[in-house]
Amino acid sequence: MTTALDSLDAAALSGTPLRRQLRRAERRRTLWLLALIAPLALFVLASFIVPIASLLGRAVDNPEIHHTLPDTVATLGDWSGEGLPDAVAFAALARELAQVKGTPAIAEISKRLNRERPGSRSVVMRTARGLPLAEGADARAALIALDPAWGEAETWRVLERAGRPYTAFYLLAALDRSTDAEGRVVALPPEEAIYLDVLGRTFTMSLVVTLVCLVLGFPLAYRMATLPVRHANTLMILVLLPFWTSVLVRVAAWIVILQNEGLANQFLMWTGLTDTPQRLLFNRFGVYVAMVHILLPFMVLPLYSVMKGIPPVYLRAAVSLGCPPFRSFWKIYFPLTLPGIGAGCLLVFIVCMGYYITPALLGGPGDQMISYFIAFYTNQAVNWGMAAALSAVLLTATLVLYAIYSRYLGGNAAGQVR
Amino acid sequence: MLPPYASLPERLWHHALHGLTGLILLFLVLPILVIIPLSFNADSFLMYPMSGWSLRWYEEVVASPAWRRAIANSLIVSPAATLIAMALGTLAAIGLVRANFRGKALLTAILISPMVVPVVIVAVALYIAFAPLGLTGSYLGLILAHAVLGVPFVVTTVSATLQGFDFNLVRAAASLGAGPLTTFFRVTLPQVAPGVIAGGLFAFATSFDEVVVTLFLASPEQATLPRQMFSGIRENISPAIAAVATILIILSTLMLLTLEGLRRRNERLRGVRPV
Repeated sequence: MTTALDSLDAAALSGTPLRRQLRRAERRRTLWLLALIAPLALFVLASFIVPIASLLGRAVDNPEIHHTLPDTVATLGDWSGEGLPDAVAFAALARELAQVKGTPAIAEISKRLNRERPGSRSVVMRTARGLPLAEGADARAALIALDPAWGEAETWRVLERAGRPYTAFYLLAALDRSTDAEGRVVALPPEEAIYLDVLGRTFTMSLVVTLVCLVLGFPLAYRMATLPVRHANTLMILVLLPFWTSVLVRVAAWIVILQNEGLANQFLMWTGLTDTPQRLLFNRFGVYVAMVHILLPFMVLPLYSVMKGIPPVYLRAAVSLGCPPFRSFWKIYFPLTLPGIGAGCLLVFIVCMGYYITPALLGGPGDQMISYFIAFYTNQAVNWGMAAALSAVLLTATLVLYAIYSRYLGGNAAGQVR
Repeated sequence: MLPPYASLPERLWHHALHGLTGLILLFLVLPILVIIPLSFNADSFLMYPMSGWSLRWYEEVVASPAWRRAIANSLIVSPAATLIAMALGTLAAIGLVRANFRGKALLTAILISPMVVPVVIVAVALYIAFAPLGLTGSYLGLILAHAVLGVPFVVTTVSATLQGFDFNLVRAAASLGAGPLTTFFRVTLPQVAPGVIAGGLFAFATSFDEVVVTLFLASPEQATLPRQMFSGIRENISPAIAAVATILIILSTLMLLTLEGLRRRNERLRGVRPV
């Protein structure tokens, strides 16, 4: 190849060696193709990647104290953490607190400090009320007189910790952990711990939905894979119709069916299984039913596409060699469907973990998954650090599972979508 | 199909499987069918048995300013978002399929990522990012957000279609003197059109059914159809919800049939082409 090109080079009459011309043409082609990708890449970068990255940044960002009390934070940087800081720190705090007195910033500081140590809000507020200090007053004595908490090293340690530009506070809190006075990571007392419970619930609910989908999806996919293509396509339309129907339509439909006077209860009472309407809605059961209904197609599609590719002669060969039908199904057919089972289960599980609407509309307070708390901290509690930390936890779990999915089970999601 | 020599347990199993899959299909389809008759209910309860038939709930939806605004908003936001996603996604898919460069896998992963990231995280991130730019409570912000969510579907579907596209056709067009634009519109686009339309349908369906991002980004003025349904289900569930649901079911059936038609056309075309 090289020698052929070399001789062509030698024979090139144009003056530019052919090889260089080729390379230049290749480069121009690649640039042209990159120019086709560039608009979308920039669009996704600006309106997706950057917002997500900056949200995750907020999980460790700690701006409140750092921005509002810069001098105090700077002087505390030299402090050993033992005993009280020197008079410069007291003076800086008194001056900076006096500056922000009566502005929204003071509320932010006290909210932030209160999160670090309950009770700090009143300390800040009480102190700020007594500020500014008289000209030439001794800041240390004055502050301690305003609130004795300034005479304790612990108060200053909290201020110093909360004043660092970055904090692990939210991420630790998302895992029910915090740091104690010495900076060690400790578990929160049980009455304050909620997120591990929420995480566990998210995983349990996703697992239950995934397993039920597998149990329902496997026979359906198997049936479709063994039917002639024309009939299979008809069944496929029946599977895809709910898939294409709005999630809110399906939620409304399940409310109609599962409500106290709904069809499910009418049926149960007609069969005599129960005399009084059962509560099927606004509890875990209702959430499970609707989620399985919504996610079942995600299980059936990959299972079907894998089963479609298993030649039926394998089973016939096993049977003709004397293996009983059920045994050959289990030994020959089932192992061949494992990639489909893996893909379907991971897909359903991943989608499940991020569910928000269905539990919010069909579940009770005890059925909310992690997404609900992310929304809650953004909209209602306005604690973006906490929302960001919980997002980081959910995103990590999702991406890890998705990496497994795309690494081992069939490339990107394109094939699964249809 | 059951062979004639099947044993009794096999026959039983076969029929049990039939019954079971029938029930599973019923579970999938019945809830969607159940809500349709209720939209014609004469009284104001969303339950059976119905007292009589009437079109009053459709009239109410059409007459209600909130529902009208929601329908109008959905008809503004979803097509606009779909067009952006289709245009940018198709170009990028062509580039991605044909080009070879370092970092291509990573770039593809980034372009697909809006499909993978849980939608609540997208909603919160965009809410926090768009608020200082004045894009919350605006049509532009909502359209951009929906377009981002639709992009992966266009990219994956068009890429998949391009796998079967013979790029020699492009070279032939170029050698016959067609410029890049002419080649694109007269050779490439007609060939990949089914993929572009399918991707566009996915993007449209995504946007048309989107509620979480809309909950965060839209003010009441931009409330879309799903957003209005969300508050309807939450606050006062009435047969008006069933009427809107019925309209949406008809729409999704149409989209599904269009896709199925595209798929069959594609299979037919591939069938004739010698491999």
